[in-house]
Amino acid sequence: MAQVERQQWDVVVVGAGGAGLRAAIEARERGARTAVICKSLFGKAHTVMAEGGIAASMGNVNDHDNWQVHFRDTMRGGKFLNQWRMAELHAKEAPDRVWELETWGALFDRTPDGRISQRNFGGHEYPRLAHVGDRTGLELIRTLQQKIVQLQQEDFKEYGDHEARLKVFQECTVTRVLKDGARVSGTFCYERESGRFFVLEAPAVVLATGGIGKSFKTTSNSWEYTGDGHALALLAGAPLLNMEFVQFHPTGMVWPPSVKGILVTESVRGDGGVLRNSEGERFMFDYVPDVFKEKYAESEEEGDRWYEDPDHNRRPPELLPRDEVARAINSEVKAGRGSPHGGVFLDVSTRMPAERIKRRLPSMYHQFKELADVDITAEPMEVGPTCHYVMGGIAVDSDTAATVGVPGLFAAGEVAGGMHGSNRLGGNSLSDLLVFGRRAGLHAAGYASEGGARPVVSQEQIDAAAAEALAPFHAAEGAENPYTLHQELQTTMNDLVGIIRREAEMAEALERLAALRVRAARAGVEGHRQFNPGWHLALDLRNMLLVSECVARAALERTESRGGHTREDRPAMEREWRPVNLLCRPVDPPPADPAADRIVLVRTRTEPIRPDLLALFEKEELAKYLAEEELCE
Amino acid sequence: MTAYDARFRVWRGDAEGGSLRDFTVEVHDGEVVLDIVHRIQATQASDLAVRWNCKAGKCGSCSAEVNGRPRLMCMTRMSVFARDETVTITPLRAFPVVRDLVTDVSFNYAKAREVPAFVPPEGVAAGAYRMQQVDVERSQEFRKCIECFLCQDTCHVVRDHEENKAAFAGPRFLMRVAELDMHPLDAAAEAGLDRKRAAQEEHGLGYCNITKCCTEVCPEGIRITDNALIPLKERAVDRKYDPLVWLGSRIRRRSDSDPR
Repeated sequence: MAQVERQQWDVVVVGAGGAGLRAAIEARERGARTAVICKSLFGKAHTVMAEGGIAASMGNVNDHDNWQVHFRDTMRGGKFLNQWRMAELHAKEAPDRVWELETWGALFDRTPDGRISQRNFGGHEYPRLAHVGDRTGLELIRTLQQKIVQLQQEDFKEYGDHEARLKVFQECTVTRVLKDGARVSGTFCYERESGRFFVLEAPAVVLATGGIGKSFKTTSNSWEYTGDGHALALLAGAPLLNMEFVQFHPTGMVWPPSVKGILVTESVRGDGGVLRNSEGERFMFDYVPDVFKEKYAESEEEGDRWYEDPDHNRRPPELLPRDEVARAINSEVKAGRGSPHGGVFLDVSTRMPAERIKRRLPSMYHQFKELADVDITAEPMEVGPTCHYVMGGIAVDSDTAATVGVPGLFAAGEVAGGMHGSNRLGGNSLSDLLVFGRRAGLHAAGYASEGGARPVVSQEQIDAAAAEALAPFHAAEGAENPYTLHQELQTTMNDLVGIIRREAEMAEALERLAALRVRAARAGVEGHRQFNPGWHLALDLRNMLLVSECVARAALERTESRGGHTREDRPAMEREWRPVNLLCRPVDPPPADPAADRIVLVRTRTEPIRPDLLALFEKEELAKYLAEEELCE
Repeated sequence: MTAYDARFRVWRGDAEGGSLRDFTVEVHDGEVVLDIVHRIQATQASDLAVRWNCKAGKCGSCSAEVNGRPRLMCMTRMSVFARDETVTITPLRAFPVVRDLVTDVSFNYAKAREVPAFVPPEGVAAGAYRMQQVDVERSQEFRKCIECFLCQDTCHVVRDHEENKAAFAGPRFLMRVAELDMHPLDAAAEAGLDRKRAAQEEHGLGYCNITKCCTEVCPEGIRITDNALIPLKERAVDRKYDPLVWLGSRIRRRSDSDPR
């Protein structure tokens, strides 16, 4: 029997990025005693990597902007697969969430009249992204971190204890969401530093763990992005939604190899940067799809004029949504018109003076100078697609962020599905974190305060979780190296379920994943439990393998191309697929044989879009997206 | 350029003690020190403890001392070393070791809690904040900080003087005080809080003798001494009582492009 420390909290938030911290602030302000648990140090979350900005229709730079326009752009970007109620709430609430940050000390770049400046970005009709140079995510995290410290200072005054009502458990990992019958009862955790196990008992748990990018070889994501929340939800019985949609950001670094995949912000294009192939051609003009034809410039001259006079010109096609740009770059490279290291050229040096580049894009200047010996004020960058974001995620109720079928379990941020449909617009992530982080915290606190008996954590569950976590130390002879397994998983997903997909390759990926699961069951580690990265990785592998199976299985099932899901054998977007959601549910009970499937797919129909929201679009535009029977309704 | 074998010495151990271990590792084109540490993990020592996250100089996790100099391992390229040079990696010296290259940085989180937060101006609603770019830029420079704690590690006030830790917040958090003090809308004064005096009396600003070591190691290039600490000193006390401030105002150098 495992003797572990148990602590009682009202709400446990798993993850300390933008969504997790915003959820924790809200839950604490609503009176819930709140614990935040995160794998890294407090303030290091992946959100710091966000560069471009926070999308919110404040209308500070172009006063034509409003929530309806933002909603439309979001739905178009997601090819109408978005959970429309989420897109509506997001567009309506984002400005308040940004302004609120200012009252907590955030310092955004300003307009000449002293308001928050907003910049252009792909898919957004008007300049909409509140930003701080190209380090907006850092500003967001630091502001939320400092707000949490402020709340802790208040508690110190009142109780003599900073952590009386809000505590951050940093460098700790959750391996299981625990349940009492159908309800959530807490989390099983280990401290990375010591390897010590502990249990946080709580009636409400918010998953805010971010994405899954570390299952792919070329990615902009940090080591933390191992799909933990996705897997924790599945293992607790909550389904995932539309996992086939994975965003490949068009512009990651491609050279040198050690930095391959590191993000080059879309702000480079938003501020005037252009894409060229090896023949010097601005090739994006050849890749404007039919659904966007009327909205993008047809000539370089018109595109260039747009930066100065957006009301009388159309935007350049470099600012198409990310899925379109990523596919275009992929095609150019394949056609032999790529750059020396297998990307294309992104040039800002001929588009604006060096001083302006350094002021608007300081991190990019620094990043290329330090890591690639490239001076972006004098020469073009080489860029190519990199795995960046997962649109799919835990299925949630739009208003409350509650998961499906597991009372007490909530999800917000990248780990939650639905908001972005098949493709996310740049800048809509940071606003998503704030809007739905707050909602998750609000409703988790409300749920936790409903009263009644607290759910109970049974000793059996603790013993099972402890045994599972310790398994890598008991591997028999011939144990598998977790680092090797991880590399093979990354190659499999990158090569077979990557940016361009084919039926036979995805089927092969599923076979390889089954073989990797068998080997992962034998993963073994050296040393002891104190800060042992090999052990941590061995535990994360379970999550990555489970989530990868979801992505591959859903991608094989959806026989069309849409947003972040592109199939060479099914190149068209099919209107009949528009109202189809693919849910990944766990096989119940979990099979003992590691080679057996872990996931079953269930098709559900999306909820019909509310008529007043549909009325925001022209009929002709809707006819391009909606299925025949939806148009009749 | 081709791959070659490099010699590394990496400190391994824990709070009880430890020693430098030798590794011979392959190095490829364009790699950084963190790549090599990862290769050692994957091929020779799976339990080698190291913190890292973004591998792009944005999160400030992979701080260590490379050949004795505090640096981010993800931003230290192998090409800065000669091929026959042995590269030595040790944990941050100013903080207690947890294991291998991982140190206990809780000192910094404790100090962060001692700095009173931003005080919002009364009667200004959310959405009604108006500030000029030129006025926010001063604090924005300090908010570039990625909290890698290299400045805290290198500052000799605490690096070799454990006894000073209680009274001294360190460059990072004195800079935080300066950031709030220069925030155009911070209403601390109206709330009866004198940030300048607090810097001097509660956060140990007087210990700083502006040797600029913090500025030198800052991976974000923040001019901690010139733009945060010296102005804070100037505002904190009448300059005639602090000869170092007078001296600092003489030897100060600001970059040409900097309008401040």
